[in-house]
Amino acid sequence: MKKNESYEEFVKGIWRDNPVFAQVLGMCPMLAVTNSAINAIAMGMASMFVLVGSSFLVSIFRNVIPKQVRISCFIIIIATFVTIADYTLLALVPKVHKELGAFIPLIVANCLILGRQEAFASRYPTRLAVMDALGMAGGFLLALFSLGAVREILGDGALFGVRIFSENFEPWIVMILPPGGFLTLGVILLFFNWFKYKKDEFLADVAEAERSGN
Amino acid sequence: MKERRDPDLLLFHAPLLRQGMTTPKAMRDVIIALMPATGASLWFFGLSAVLVIGSSIAGAVLAEWLFADRASRGESLRDATGILTGLLLGLTLPPGLPMWMAFLGGFVGIALGKVIWGGLGHNLFNPALLGRAFLLATFPIAMTTWVPAGPEGGFFSAYAGNLALPFMQVQVDGVSSATPLGLFKFEQEATPLTGLMFGRIGGSLGETSGLLLLLGGIYLWLRRDLDWRIPVSILGTVIVFSAILGFFDAERFPTPMFSLFSGGLMLGAIYMATDPVTSPVTPRGAWFFGIGTGLLVMLIRVFGGLPEGVMYAILLMNAATPLIDRYTQPRVFGHGVEKKS
Repeated sequence: MKKNESYEEFVKGIWRDNPVFAQVLGMCPMLAVTNSAINAIAMGMASMFVLVGSSFLVSIFRNVIPKQVRISCFIIIIATFVTIADYTLLALVPKVHKELGAFIPLIVANCLILGRQEAFASRYPTRLAVMDALGMAGGFLLALFSLGAVREILGDGALFGVRIFSENFEPWIVMILPPGGFLTLGVILLFFNWFKYKKDEFLADVAEAERSGN
Repeated sequence: MKERRDPDLLLFHAPLLRQGMTTPKAMRDVIIALMPATGASLWFFGLSAVLVIGSSIAGAVLAEWLFADRASRGESLRDATGILTGLLLGLTLPPGLPMWMAFLGGFVGIALGKVIWGGLGHNLFNPALLGRAFLLATFPIAMTTWVPAGPEGGFFSAYAGNLALPFMQVQVDGVSSATPLGLFKFEQEATPLTGLMFGRIGGSLGETSGLLLLLGGIYLWLRRDLDWRIPVSILGTVIVFSAILGFFDAERFPTPMFSLFSGGLMLGAIYMATDPVTSPVTPRGAWFFGIGTGLLVMLIRVFGGLPEGVMYAILLMNAATPLIDRYTQPRVFGHGVEKKS
């Protein structure tokens, strides 16, 4: 039972309550840094580190943090992890760090991260909070990657910098520009909702069949 | 699912006298009105015109078919709006454009310009122009490479660019030429008016012959398929604006007739701005819409960075249409009058 529960918290963030596709949170990094797959992955990893770390700390201190000043406490904890992530990226992959630019410090303002602290980590035990953070960050990473991959393939003819079309591929310029982010995100959201709609329809049909069968 | 009812039990309400004008009929009229210009594009650009227009129609119809639900699939194809969008888009494309790009433009135009808003009658922007805007943002080089009228091998040959494989660039460097507007803006060279009227000039497929487009417009006006206020106010604004500019500096600014017959102004003003879905319903609104479009066209052409501005002008005014409609509602009889006491 216990094990099942933490598994459930993990999985819901990946698909059913996916922070991007279902909750439409964290749009700023989603649209700004997904012009290539590698940037998207780096952004997703940094966000994952920050989210898991701060959920862990917030959940530990959840009974100590005064309710009146909880938001500022959350922000200070998040900012600590963002600073760590910022310097780590600068040391390990300076090129990616340069491309992501101001969007790494801006992880502090990512509503997905603060939202999880407020809605989940500050109310649940540490193990569940970490599982929830892992799931949500995993879902965020998945969304960033799917957007970044589509945009890099169409906009550049490559994935992770490796060419997948022949030399004279005609790049879709719009895909690496900001409008391409909106277009791709819109189309992906469309498919996500369509899938959900079909699934609900199917479940309703099954329920109907069962009711008429009995 | 719609229920099929017994025709004997159908009850009609007034008005019992009906006009008989339906969407498919109106669409067919517009297609007929475009036939002279389409014929001219065939005449000037040969097989290329067939290839480009054909692929953009194919893309539009495929999107229409793919995204319609099964119940209304046949209906949405029969009303010919998909074909019309594809045809209009095809006429705005450069003749040397690869076929796959034209196909993609038609597909995107219908998918993002019409279906996603809820289908016919619900879209905010003109689907054909949306498809063109997408193509221009996506393939800026291919969309602004103009070829001189008439492929080298005569009528039954196509420009090399048309046959590029899907997702691939144009391999052969063809002869390129400039449009009259481009020539005027970047090299201060005016094209003679007869060329603009009859169409043996560089430019997109359907925009080269101003007179034939005007002819189709007159046909549409006689058939009462279009709101004459919109083209008249657009063209009038352009004439007045360029006359005023010419008054200040006749050398630098285009003459009224040049402004009128160059570029996509005729095509845009007569066939695209008058799209009943994306233009204002009220007569007063139609004037506002036309004057706004004409002003934007001239502002972009004369002071903007692009040689041609009809597409963006119409798209911008499309966005303003709901607002215009809201503020130009006519007074309902008996309402809104201050009571005399």
